[in-house]
Amino acid sequence: MSKTILNEQDRDLKVNVHTTKAAHKRLKQRYGKEKRFRLMGLLAVLVSAVFLAFLLVSIFIDAMPVIYQHKLTLEVPLKAEEIDPEGKRTPISVSTANYGGLIKEWLRDKFPGATGRRDKKALYGLVSSNAGGAIQQKVMANPSLVGQPLKVDVLLSDYADLYFKGTIARKTNIATNGIGSPVGTQGEVRVLSTSNDFRNILAEVKEGLAKQLTQIKRDVEGQQRILARLDAIKTNLEKALPDSGGDRKAQLEKQLEQVGHDEDAAKLRIETLNTQLDNLQKRVNAPDRPEQLGRDISSYLIAINGGMIKVKSVSTAEVVGEAILPLKDETEQPKGNWQIIKISPPESERKLSDKEIIWLDKLAAEGRVQSKFNDQFFSHGASREAEVAGIWGAVVGTFYTMLVTLLLSFPIGVSAAIYLEEFAPKNKITDLIEVNINNLAAVPSIVFGLLGLAMFLNIFGMPRSAPVVGGMVLALMTLPTIIIASRAAIKAVPPSIKEAALGIGASHMQAVFHHTLPLAMPGILTGSIIGMAQALGETAPLLMIGMVAFIVDIPGNTGFVNGFTDPATVLPVQIYMWADFPEKLFQQKTAAAIVVLLAFLVAMNALAVLLRKKFERRW
Amino acid sequence: MEVQPIQTEDKAKNTMKQQPTDTLRRSEVVGPVKMSGKEVCVYYGDKQALFDVNLDIPANSVTSLIGPSGCGKSTFLRCLNRMNDVIDICRVTGDITLEDQDIYDEKLDVVELRARVGMVFQKPNPFPKSIYDNIAYGPRIHGITQSKKELDELVETSLKKAGLWEEVKDRVMEPGTGLSGGQQQRLCIARAIATKPDVILMDEPCSALDPIATATIEELIDELRANYTIVIVTHSMQQAARVSQRTAFFHLGKLIEEGDTNDIFTNPQNEKTQDYITGRFG
Repeated sequence: MSKTILNEQDRDLKVNVHTTKAAHKRLKQRYGKEKRFRLMGLLAVLVSAVFLAFLLVSIFIDAMPVIYQHKLTLEVPLKAEEIDPEGKRTPISVSTANYGGLIKEWLRDKFPGATGRRDKKALYGLVSSNAGGAIQQKVMANPSLVGQPLKVDVLLSDYADLYFKGTIARKTNIATNGIGSPVGTQGEVRVLSTSNDFRNILAEVKEGLAKQLTQIKRDVEGQQRILARLDAIKTNLEKALPDSGGDRKAQLEKQLEQVGHDEDAAKLRIETLNTQLDNLQKRVNAPDRPEQLGRDISSYLIAINGGMIKVKSVSTAEVVGEAILPLKDETEQPKGNWQIIKISPPESERKLSDKEIIWLDKLAAEGRVQSKFNDQFFSHGASREAEVAGIWGAVVGTFYTMLVTLLLSFPIGVSAAIYLEEFAPKNKITDLIEVNINNLAAVPSIVFGLLGLAMFLNIFGMPRSAPVVGGMVLALMTLPTIIIASRAAIKAVPPSIKEAALGIGASHMQAVFHHTLPLAMPGILTGSIIGMAQALGETAPLLMIGMVAFIVDIPGNTGFVNGFTDPATVLPVQIYMWADFPEKLFQQKTAAAIVVLLAFLVAMNALAVLLRKKFERRW
Repeated sequence: MEVQPIQTEDKAKNTMKQQPTDTLRRSEVVGPVKMSGKEVCVYYGDKQALFDVNLDIPANSVTSLIGPSGCGKSTFLRCLNRMNDVIDICRVTGDITLEDQDIYDEKLDVVELRARVGMVFQKPNPFPKSIYDNIAYGPRIHGITQSKKELDELVETSLKKAGLWEEVKDRVMEPGTGLSGGQQQRLCIARAIATKPDVILMDEPCSALDPIATATIEELIDELRANYTIVIVTHSMQQAARVSQRTAFFHLGKLIEEGDTNDIFTNPQNEKTQDYITGRFG
């Protein structure tokens, strides 16, 4: 009887618990929680995707300009008496000529206006300092070229290259309304305009003056504050003076004297500043007064009669400037036939002077500057010249290093994993080994670098900066990863397969190598490639063993085997080094090298996926 | 579990009175003894899993080992081809002989033993390779065949013996894992046969199969009896009754009773055997 009642109560309870309003509310809350969790997950994925996209886009945008580089086409006369006076016409006899001089000569001929020491230096700086080498190589490859003019493409310097890529200066043409008439064709030239075409220039100059004005005003205020403070100190000192005696008094007097000096200096400074202020104020207030163009405002050029004049001073209807490219004659030009060119930012804020820009524009106008695929970047080693530097040396170094790493870490790692997982007795010692392997995977990579420095270089006396040592260090670093991944992969193979093999009389070794290992291979390969990818991006341990050296030669260019011991560097280290250089082109090359490294990583991971797909078997 | 002849409680009590619980009934083995275990004890670390098992396995017959889970019947089966060697902590004492040769003797090679004593496992475990390679693997590693033609023939006869030839003869190069469960188990039997063993051990070969596949395998076992000595572990008492000539009942690591299958099922001498086959425990 009582049992029945209990059962009924039980049933009531059940019905009530799951169908009441409270129950529905609870259910709703549960779904709400789930929904919120899913939303947060989605948000997290989106945020990381945005960050990743931002990173990739910024790197690619930085790297893009490196794909092309600008070259200058010029013809140099290979005069036999200069290049090969002995007349042997052998690669060695033509190798010692001054090819750089030929280029300089050509440039001098092109721009006879560049006469000063400084101008010449700037002119020669337009082409890469290694440009002579390009001609030398050509002539050495074919000595019979001597005696006839040679047309050759040479690299422009990094900033000239960047100028043509549009990252150095911005040029704007300002339309002219009046008739322009130049006075003089060389040296200092005046240009008059019938309309007030130069008002824009003047306005910018005045603006600059106004800025100076406010700056000086602020300086004056600052000096006045200093004066006030000095005054307060003086009063305090004077108050304290009568109450003290002996040493203290002498000290105070000395301090007082010092304050007096400071006060005088401040007053003098204020006086000078005020004079400046007055002068400036006058200049600003007189709108038509001719003004000099300082280095801190944009540059203005006048293009007229085939010449180019750099404006030095300006008034509303007249400019005076230096003819950097001489004018043909002094004929007047109607509006539209002469131009005012504005170059911003100001000359002091960019790496190319107005003169250099004018020369480059002239060369480009003659069709001598061409944008070509940057084979230099993919075929040369490191260089201090940004336009010459390439990543091929680092790529080859990476190849050798990774080869050594793979050859060492894969067989050793997989063998160790097979032994530990399949053959080793399970006891305290193997437990200890397992714990240590797991810990080694978490050791900072620079520690492995220190180990390599102490062991491989100092004790074994192996060569510094060599890929073989780098590979060994990286192999040490990669081993734990490969062992752990391989053990996990071997463990994941169902034991029934091994038992089946043992059951028909396969030896333990046959069972492992014929059945367990092939099934574990996808996992082993994935783990190994991930370990290798990790090693590929490693910098710190390689710094320790000297692979950070500046190496121009491509490793292995004297034979494949020598490449293992040639000094080399690797991609991440190259990136690290380039990132340190201040030149803009190096910054772009840094980004380009990162893109190459990323491409390697993507390729390796794609290989891992591919191998996984190929070897994957179901059981 | 369905039970065989239903016996009255009285009769069971009588049997118990007639026979003391711990004495083992043994009937004489008819025909030559293929394998024999004497005083076999097995330890997993400190835990003893088998206690002094004495069992003779007659040639060209099916011996079934029955008993509740954890009673040691699989452990005993795995001793017969030393599959327990794989387990580090496992230790075996006593004598097990194959044709009067001690299989735990150091002179006997374990690979040779396993070639002579094949095994079929509970879950079908074909290699993830083609049907052909599954069967050819054993002959290849033992070097049984001299030529490709001979190997082809061996594969074909093995598949025929396992009754699988007709079903797979057009696709022997397709993966063995693509077959149905029953076919996979017959493939495993064919694989065991291919190495030309004397004895085939089967560890619950039908527990993962449906009744139709089970019937096929049982028929196969009956046919194979003519050429091989078979030891089978099973949870199904009907199966034991159907396929085996001799039955051994294990309980808590001890061999309780063994004898002619008919005798065991119709007239068990031990109360525990009686309880088990009537479904009172296990």
